[in-house]
Amino acid sequence: MASTLLSNPVTNSDRSRKKKKKKIQAKDQNEQDHIKWKSDSQQQNYSSKLLQALSQVRLGSPPPPPSSADAPRRGRAVREAADTVLAVAAKGRSRWSRAILTNRLKLNFQKKHKKQRVVATVSGPSRSSSKKPKVSVLRLKGKSLPAVQRKVRVLGRLVPGCRKQPLPVILEEATDYIAALEMQVRVMAALAERLSDSGAGSSSAPPS
Amino acid sequence: MSSRRSRSRQSGGSRPITDDQINDLVSKLQQLLPEIRERRSDKVSAATVLQETCNYIRSLHREVDDLSERLSGLLESSDTAQAAIIRNLLMQ
Repeated sequence: MASTLLSNPVTNSDRSRKKKKKKIQAKDQNEQDHIKWKSDSQQQNYSSKLLQALSQVRLGSPPPPPSSADAPRRGRAVREAADTVLAVAAKGRSRWSRAILTNRLKLNFQKKHKKQRVVATVSGPSRSSSKKPKVSVLRLKGKSLPAVQRKVRVLGRLVPGCRKQPLPVILEEATDYIAALEMQVRVMAALAERLSDSGAGSSSAPPS
Repeated sequence: MSSRRSRSRQSGGSRPITDDQINDLVSKLQQLLPEIRERRSDKVSAATVLQETCNYIRSLHREVDDLSERLSGLLESSDTAQAAIIRNLLMQ
């Protein structure tokens, strides 16, 4: 009897089952994610992927004309490659990573069909969510100050893929995004150090 | 209305978004922010945390941009970059 009672809400609708799984996984993931972005294995993983992507960026572009405008253009390509690799390293568990990757797909293919399909899968209830954030934020007791609302909007714009999400989603995505960005900065700084060391001709120091 | 609510449940996670949950998330965010950690005060309001978060994310973006420009400049010297990359891969 108890088993049927337990299984009923689980098997009744896919949504509630996914919700329960999401809840349980979300709690573990929240702890795991912060550790995940700080672990050495993740950093190694990210830096090796980044190196591969960067070598592709360099080789992909034709020999550049000797113009100073190249640096910002190349810099942006490097930044995009780094963001893409970061999103891949997230393994699709977070909204911002999926948004980064789907934005890349949109830019690369530029087809309306893919855009519609991607928008439908990634942010399914986006149509209704345009009214949702107002409702959900107003429902918060004491958090309905316009200042807080404005800041949440700004934050939602900063984190990719979170423009129309309700407050708790934005906060969660922001925590993961910040941890990931910190790791990205660490890896890229270490890489720049190593490259500038070896570029200067001195014997490269062993990796710390 | 019910369809909207059910959709909100799907993406929101839990429909009655409790204050505690939000406080929890905000405090988690607070832990990540270096400035607030150093301030060591428990009286940080949500607005401050959000403001600091926005500032921090913007500064991280700027740092990534600077680093990527620096890397692109370093990578342009192809010979040293190739050797460096191969060396790094071997070392790792």
